[in-house]
Amino acid sequence: MSDKKKIMTSGNLAFAEAMRQIDPDVVAAYPITPSTEIPMKFAEFAANGKVTSEYIAVESEHSAISACVGASVAGARVMTASSANGVALMHEIFPIAASFRAPIVFGLVNRSLGAPVNIHCDHSDSMPERDSGWIQIYCEDAQEVYDTVLLSVRLAEDSRVLTPVFVCQDGFITSHCYEPLELLSDETVKKFVGERKALYPLLDTDNPVSYGSFTMSEYYFEIKRSQMEGMNNVLPVYAELAAELEKETGRYYPPIESYRADDADYIILIMSSASGVVKDVVDELREDGIKAGALRVRFFRPFPRKELAALAKGKRGAAVLDRSASIGGTSPLAAEVRSALYSLEEHVPVQEYIFGLGGRDFYAEDAHSVFDDLIKGRYTETPRFIGLLEKDDKNERA
Amino acid sequence: MSKPQCWQEVPLATVAFGASALKVQTGLWRSSRPVIDTEKCISCYKCWLQCPDDSIATDDEGKVAGINLFFCKGCGICAKVCPADAIAIYPESEFSEEDREGGKTGADPGEVGAHVG
Repeated sequence: MSDKKKIMTSGNLAFAEAMRQIDPDVVAAYPITPSTEIPMKFAEFAANGKVTSEYIAVESEHSAISACVGASVAGARVMTASSANGVALMHEIFPIAASFRAPIVFGLVNRSLGAPVNIHCDHSDSMPERDSGWIQIYCEDAQEVYDTVLLSVRLAEDSRVLTPVFVCQDGFITSHCYEPLELLSDETVKKFVGERKALYPLLDTDNPVSYGSFTMSEYYFEIKRSQMEGMNNVLPVYAELAAELEKETGRYYPPIESYRADDADYIILIMSSASGVVKDVVDELREDGIKAGALRVRFFRPFPRKELAALAKGKRGAAVLDRSASIGGTSPLAAEVRSALYSLEEHVPVQEYIFGLGGRDFYAEDAHSVFDDLIKGRYTETPRFIGLLEKDDKNERA
Repeated sequence: MSKPQCWQEVPLATVAFGASALKVQTGLWRSSRPVIDTEKCISCYKCWLQCPDDSIATDDEGKVAGINLFFCKGCGICAKVCPADAIAIYPESEFSEEDREGGKTGADPGEVGAHVG
């Protein structure tokens, strides 16, 4: 235990510190707010000889992720980071990385997609990538970011999984705010992550392979199905790894964190940093004798539908708070929740809310208001908006 | 390696193993066919050099001997680059049905998707 160290740091710097300890073979990145500090700090580590990594400064995000994929299939352990429109520019390469089973660990610092240009947090950058075949893990705080990076290296590279991972944290709220964080020693981290053993490294010229060759209708379908099996194995493999890391840290993160939800009548489902406010409000309502609870969804891909159905079973009402919209459809988290709960024999009513777009603040009174809606049975077919300026109302928060 | 029969058998990560292109019958794509007049041919190897599909056959003495129709997809580059005007291109429809099916390599139909297995 004595080899641990407590420091004050931010989500970005926690990610960069984990990278230093992991010492990946290759990092190719093109900095963008609010994830800038990750490649910035890592470039400093590389320049000062604190890591042995090859740091590649590239001319765009598309090049950054392309270089990452090339290095990864060559057999290297690869990491990078980006946000918002940078993530969008990488989009073409994400499904290729996943199909190549390139176990890249990616720091995705959530920021709203333009236009209008906005640097603050919502999940509109990561949610469009939910069908690209990458694992998506959403972290609540800097400590969880640090622990999740370590877990993600092992998870991505596990031979049963071989799938790249987005480690998501909320832009500025998590990425830039300082909080106490416990680091493991460099030796402990190196021992935990070990060495990557690539299955078909391109640099193994004695056993030559090509990646992604032209494959028409005769086998494309089978190759995609084979890829899905890696994602199917994620949660069982994650459970093993999370238990292993817990022995070092004393911290365990389930795919869905259940906060006083076991005996709750009313629950809020939410992701990332805004969960803390909801948990505080749950505590306040519990003191008033109201059985409130919260479910913080940590894994979005794969979506832990069985776990969610078990946790939400028998509830009198559930509110899903999405930090992104699917314009013309159901918001991403709400759609997954409704789908997962559909199989329950006893119907759980679900209300969709959209909050926090472009960094709009989310307050305790908002969570109170949502629980109040559930208790009074106020459901609407269309989503409700939290903190939105409406005509003739007295909301002065913009 | 035999061809995969189900999704569990396809290689992981979209990989294709070495030299599998030799099993793919690109000749199936052909709609026109080069024919070499070996009397005119000077074996300069310009066609051999430019052919994208390893289709120029050579004999034991290193002379150009003909077209390997298992690979030839009828692009016509060989005829364009020939300095001796020894290669002519004909529509596939001018050849007999039997001849069209497998070209001169006849019996071996190649493997569709061979690079996957």
